Amino acid sequence: MTNETATAPSAVPAPAAEPVPHGLGVTLPSQDARAKTEGTFPYAADLWAEGLLWAAVLRSPHPRARIVSIDTSHARAMPGVQAVVTHEDVPGNALHGRGTADRPMFASEVVRHHGEPIAAVAADHPDTARMAAAAIMVDYEVLDPVTDPELAFEAEPLHPDGNLIRHIPLRHGDPDAIGEVVVEGLYRIGRQDPAPIGAEAGLAVPRPDGGVELYVASTDPHTDRDAAAACYGLEPERVKIVVTGVPGATADREDQGFQLPLGLLALTTGRPVKLSATREESFLGHVHRHPTLLRYRHHADAEGTLVKVEAQILLDAGAYADTSSDALAAAVAFACGPYVVPNAFIEGWAVRTNNPPSGHVRGEGAMQVCAAYEAQMDKLAKKLGVDPADLRMRNVMATGDMLPTGQSVTCPAPVAELLEAVRDHPLPPLPKDTPEDEWLLPGGPEGAGEPGAVRRGVGYGIGMVHMLGAEGADEVSTATVKVHDGVATVLCAAVETGQGFTTLARQIVQETLGIEEVHVAPVDTDQPPAGAGCRGRHTWVSGGAVERAAKMVRTQLLQPLAHKFGMSTELLQITDGKITSYDGVLSTTVTEAMDGKELWATAQCRPHPTEPLDGAGQGDAFVGMSFCAIRAVVDVDIEIGSVRVVELAVAQDVGRVLNPAQIAARIEAGVTQGVGAALTENLRTPRGLVRHPDLTGYALPTALDAPDIQIVKLVEERDVVAPFGAKSVSAVPVVTTPAAVASAVRAATGRPVNRLPIRPQAAVVTGQ
Amino acid sequence: MGQREGAAGLTTHAPQAAQAVTLPGSLDEAVAALAAMPTAVPVAGGTDLMAAVNSGQLRPAALVGLGRISEIRGWQYLDGHALLGAGLTHARMGRPDFAALIPALAAAARAAGPPQIRNAGTLGGNIAAAAPTGDALPVLAALEATLIIAGPDGARREIPVSHLLAGMEMLRGGELIGFVRVPLLHAPQVFLKATGRTGPGRAIASVALVLDPARRGVRCAVGAIAPMPLRPLDAEQWVAQLIDWDGGRTIVPEALNAFGDYVAAACIPDPAPAEDGTPGQLPPAVLHLRRTVAVLARRALGRALS
Repeated sequence: MTNETATAPSAVPAPAAEPVPHGLGVTLPSQDARAKTEGTFPYAADLWAEGLLWAAVLRSPHPRARIVSIDTSHARAMPGVQAVVTHEDVPGNALHGRGTADRPMFASEVVRHHGEPIAAVAADHPDTARMAAAAIMVDYEVLDPVTDPELAFEAEPLHPDGNLIRHIPLRHGDPDAIGEVVVEGLYRIGRQDPAPIGAEAGLAVPRPDGGVELYVASTDPHTDRDAAAACYGLEPERVKIVVTGVPGATADREDQGFQLPLGLLALTTGRPVKLSATREESFLGHVHRHPTLLRYRHHADAEGTLVKVEAQILLDAGAYADTSSDALAAAVAFACGPYVVPNAFIEGWAVRTNNPPSGHVRGEGAMQVCAAYEAQMDKLAKKLGVDPADLRMRNVMATGDMLPTGQSVTCPAPVAELLEAVRDHPLPPLPKDTPEDEWLLPGGPEGAGEPGAVRRGVGYGIGMVHMLGAEGADEVSTATVKVHDGVATVLCAAVETGQGFTTLARQIVQETLGIEEVHVAPVDTDQPPAGAGCRGRHTWVSGGAVERAAKMVRTQLLQPLAHKFGMSTELLQITDGKITSYDGVLSTTVTEAMDGKELWATAQCRPHPTEPLDGAGQGDAFVGMSFCAIRAVVDVDIEIGSVRVVELAVAQDVGRVLNPAQIAARIEAGVTQGVGAALTENLRTPRGLVRHPDLTGYALPTALDAPDIQIVKLVEERDVVAPFGAKSVSAVPVVTTPAAVASAVRAATGRPVNRLPIRPQAAVVTGQ
Repeated sequence: MGQREGAAGLTTHAPQAAQAVTLPGSLDEAVAALAAMPTAVPVAGGTDLMAAVNSGQLRPAALVGLGRISEIRGWQYLDGHALLGAGLTHARMGRPDFAALIPALAAAARAAGPPQIRNAGTLGGNIAAAAPTGDALPVLAALEATLIIAGPDGARREIPVSHLLAGMEMLRGGELIGFVRVPLLHAPQVFLKATGRTGPGRAIASVALVLDPARRGVRCAVGAIAPMPLRPLDAEQWVAQLIDWDGGRTIVPEALNAFGDYVAAACIPDPAPAEDGTPGQLPPAVLHLRRTVAVLARRALGRALS
């Protein structure tokens, strides 16, 4: 009220009356929440530089073709066109790709999927660039695409590396074990798209030293930088990636198919170049969830205790390998779910086709198998005539049990507690047959729902997913904490994707140093690497690095005081900016103790190493796992087959709640993404061609599709090896939700429901 | 470059390209503007047109905006009919006062997408775009609405909406849909739509059904399953005889089921039998569509008569 003029527009004016929450375990609001709400937060698409050019990428219209010739002369002759680049202009011509480097920057001899980049244009207007891209004459010899992953084994090689990307034949236990009851099933999972709400965009600026700076919404800047440097034939130091605001990332963000050409055009023209992808390009460019075919056979004894699981899992990796190898490892390792299975024989393959490439999307591998093993549990319960929840309860794993990979689950695994929590949660009331409740019918408001045809179903899903990179991946993050003048700054290359890392970093520093004002610096590749923002990595590894650095600063701060008073630093504590000793003799403020000095500390966090799965799928491949149980309640209009998810009751194993509001938001977001995978989200690619690459044809859940999400229980059993004991929370609800929804539709209709997303015809009861 | 905005002193402002846009204030001015610029494209809500522009399928040389023509943004009464302005938005048609007048059109308007689309999209645009999934179209077909087309020099002509949708009559250059004439039937009307989801979505199939007690008729149109709304005329006539018009407008329950199947079979006929005489089989997806149409038609008639 007194000095309004001095307030910076971005500063959030805190209400003076109530104390601002700080430290771990409280709801600290995100610092950029206000700017994001008001629309002033700058994303990559908002960037602008003087004299910039606009880029457009020419993408293949065919899923498979031989390129006979590329004629760029018409495009080059167009007024306003500054550069046209094809494979001939790529200096390094290295292959790139996350996980496996098998992808050229531009297709040269063959195109392997619809939307593969072939050339790029820079022009002084975006329309000119697009028209010039369209004017590039490419002579294709169209070939028959291989789009069925089952046919990929026998088909001629689509890539010099062959069609089989990885095969894991997991063998665990006695192959001759046989159960008294056997159930079998064949399941198909569709192609979910991460559909980030902000499409890909970026700006490349040439540097005076012959290098280039890329301003992009990367979630893994160092990997992207290395790929770019290799493709441009430059040393990594001369390529810098500056991370801009990330508009949504539930998968590996940033399609290198536009990022790499962008930098190349800036290098070629010597001018800044910008590209802002359309929704269609976005769908064509980035990776999708693996469409999966699963064949299962479960053996159980007469009481329903699992004896053996046999499964075949086939992942459609699309044209390039990307992270398919990791997805397959997760699919095979978690193929039995969080159940005790003494004998398991799981065979998994990831194969190449001419479909759009698949890669990392939250819970990849684990989500597909969860839908299948939970369907099997429902089938088994039906065959044995027991309650599906009881059957699951009989088989759930606990800490100390063994995965089919031979790895002991050493982290907390409170699966029974989770299942119990959702099972015992009161059921939601049935809607009353009144006009006010009409919108609660399947089909929604103004839909065709009729109360007489609606059946309610209750189903369960239990899922698990690993945290951090698996199979020997070097998980490491480096963070620096600087304190000066009562203000702390965190420097860490962990990208804030909306997962709340910047808020967590502030909370950690507040907790450790008692300093209220903490800033988190923007991310670029001049900082040491922190890894990709996925699988809970930044909460664990980067959060751990920040904590260590903050503790080192704390020691630097307290050491002189402790020395002066002849006590160890452990006997001093910092609260609310004050330093006090255990006996209360010493009391000073942090500012005084700093004495104008600037304190810096840099620390690394590296979790314990893992090992690759061996030839029989055995090995300690995972650092840790998180678990989730969901009870779904659905209403199905059994004549039309429309499904409304009424309520999802979620119980999750989180280790420790670091920020309650953030955890609730992450679980709700994950569950909603899972509802999309269960009911509507499927990017269709008949004959390898992406159909309806837009948000009308690709139906993301809206507010009306999202169910009432009840977070029934968060089990806080600290994981001793994780910093703060916290587990990642985002992925496991995505893994579990589709299985729970399918289970509930099964209960409502009595139909098998063996395909995701659930099509209306699969939820119709024809009867008679 | 003084202040830091975003990263590295980059600002967030891009210059906008200029566009030739005319904003006439009356229908005749709009027609004159189109006549003066034959390459110009009229735009009302822009919910279909601008999507085509953004995807690069359409590059209009100029635009004639219809948003400021107040005469087509409301409705008036005319000899037992309502004269609806082509610029009526879906949001406006969805309100209760309009719903009291033409309930099925109001229901279709409320189902026509998310609020942003309903606020911008117009009745005239829905007809001009003539998308198979246009929600207002089966309702207009069932109501046997007519279009009042404005032409150069104040000319007006009327054509049935079904003629335009079927391509029997076309809009000529420089013509605009001015008004839609809809009979006021003072009887129940129903619009039902199956989308495969709870949130707003394109129709898989939709059914509009209106009762015309004065003529003792039932009129029904099925949308989204063909390029234009389909009218099962035989089914309409058959079921109209079974309704007890003088009593409580009741019907035997079995007739509801039969009506649904009749409508579905009329719209999605059985395939011709094979040469050896074995009956043809519809693919499962088409069979499901037919079943959905039957359910929608049955429910629509049931609700209209309840």
